[in-house]
Amino acid sequence: MATRQTRTLARFMMAPSVLLLLVWMIVPLAMTLWFSFQNYNLLNPANVSFAGLFNYKYFYTDPAFFQSIANTLILVGGVLVITVVGGILLALLLDQPIFGQGIVRILVISPFFVMPPVAALVWKNMIMHPGYGVLADIARFFGATPVDWFAQHPLLSIVIIVAWQWLPFATLILLTALQSLDGEQKEAAEMDGAGFLDRFRYLTLPHLARAITVVILIQTIFLLGVYAEILVTTNGGPGYASTNLAFLIYRTALLGYDVGGASAGGVIAVILANVVAIFLMRAVGRNLDR
Amino acid sequence: MARRVSTQSRIAWTIAAWAVALLIFFPILYTVLTSFKTEAEAIAGISLIPSGTFENYVEVQSQRDYFKPFMNSVVISVGSTLLALLVAIPAAWSMAFSPTRRTKDILMWMLSTKMMPAVAVLVPIYLIFRDGGLLDTRIGLTVMLTLINLPIVVWMLYTYFREIPGEILEAARMDGASLVSEILYVLTPMAVPGIASTMLLNIILAWNESFWTIRLTTTNAAPLTAFIASFSSPQGLFWAKLSAASTLAIAPILIMGWFSQRQLVRGLTFGAVK
Repeated sequence: MATRQTRTLARFMMAPSVLLLLVWMIVPLAMTLWFSFQNYNLLNPANVSFAGLFNYKYFYTDPAFFQSIANTLILVGGVLVITVVGGILLALLLDQPIFGQGIVRILVISPFFVMPPVAALVWKNMIMHPGYGVLADIARFFGATPVDWFAQHPLLSIVIIVAWQWLPFATLILLTALQSLDGEQKEAAEMDGAGFLDRFRYLTLPHLARAITVVILIQTIFLLGVYAEILVTTNGGPGYASTNLAFLIYRTALLGYDVGGASAGGVIAVILANVVAIFLMRAVGRNLDR
Repeated sequence: MARRVSTQSRIAWTIAAWAVALLIFFPILYTVLTSFKTEAEAIAGISLIPSGTFENYVEVQSQRDYFKPFMNSVVISVGSTLLALLVAIPAAWSMAFSPTRRTKDILMWMLSTKMMPAVAVLVPIYLIFRDGGLLDTRIGLTVMLTLINLPIVVWMLYTYFREIPGEILEAARMDGASLVSEILYVLTPMAVPGIASTMLLNIILAWNESFWTIRLTTTNAAPLTAFIASFSSPQGLFWAKLSAASTLAIAPILIMGWFSQRQLVRGLTFGAVK
């Protein structure tokens, strides 16, 4: 096949995507970096000056900052644990011989397609509402006092909602991986007298390793940016109890009109995401190259 | 597989699986049921039998003009998907059929742009949109979602195109097929399924995107995500109406999703799990 010509053509065909993404990545990031060193408030836009490291110091010394970092990590970690463990169990369950497997799969995967504001509002109002929610009704039926979820356990409530949204995703991917496991291997192990736990540990789990890594990678990307679920339920409160880093930056930027401060927060968010990404890419790279 | 399964254990597994599945599906089911209740019924305790009123659906349209955000959602998600495909198809095509040493790196780099937290660029994007008159416009949001989903679209298409065997092209050329007929009769039929599933998944992702769609719109271009989020303001309890609006907002995407389970696994894992 022609070489130089096709290669030039290939470059030409790739150019729009690469250029768009390059601009999309560099321009806003450069602006964020620039603003993070400026005193710039939208309420007083005429008065912009160099701020040095003030914005970073301001963000760093804000007690809400550390809380929001902790909340971010708890949110991501909590949802990952619930969805991966729950996903493995669910996938094992759905892999059993059951009647109506197709419909069961559809029911289980459905929450993934529900847009975040709907998911959050349905849980907030219909399920977790302390007065009229389903959980409150059940609690009263058993004579217990209904839990005021968003006042007493704001972060946990959001973890539950987000986990509900992502559990189907983990389940579907793990189930797909599980179904590609060689049936004969399973049978051979069974014949050799390997119990369920042994089979799971030495056969199933290693087979699922790649899928689990992928689930963790993809979910982390999305979970670091959880926003709408917080906006429509707790609005970050009470206090900063359910504010993650994304929400704190939004608050600083669009409610505090503090461009400089929010940009410093943005730079910190990028660094955090990159630290996570490096770890993940390394782990995933190892697993994917196999 | 030659595994014999006793009917008893099969029934036991079936009951367990259905119980868990219904539990997971319950919030959606309950939303749909509530949408057919009156507002008084909606807060009167658990009841799985609604009175069957369509009033909520009528009112969501007549009071809140449901059709407008719905159309915004359609235009923005379909528009951004088509735009992304337009840019991504040539790129994925060339990466799949004439890969270079750097192709893998470029793909990884594209994926890494997804790692950039949206909120980190909220301020500059907001200012650019404000100064460019793009706030609360469909065109602004469409471009935004195109950029966000472009890496996924390129990746997905790449994994599909890579599976088209190159030999088949050579064979067609040997048989004397012209370039045009090669593209029309050999490549297109093989590429269409991959493009279609990419499109489907991307429409789902764009439809549900809930950061930029909420922050960059107010009324004119607000899609369903922003519309539903506006129900969170605590002005009384309108759960039945909220349920009706929610049901309408998720129904089309839910049905599309049911049909695209396989493609979803493939697309969202970048071909790593099939």
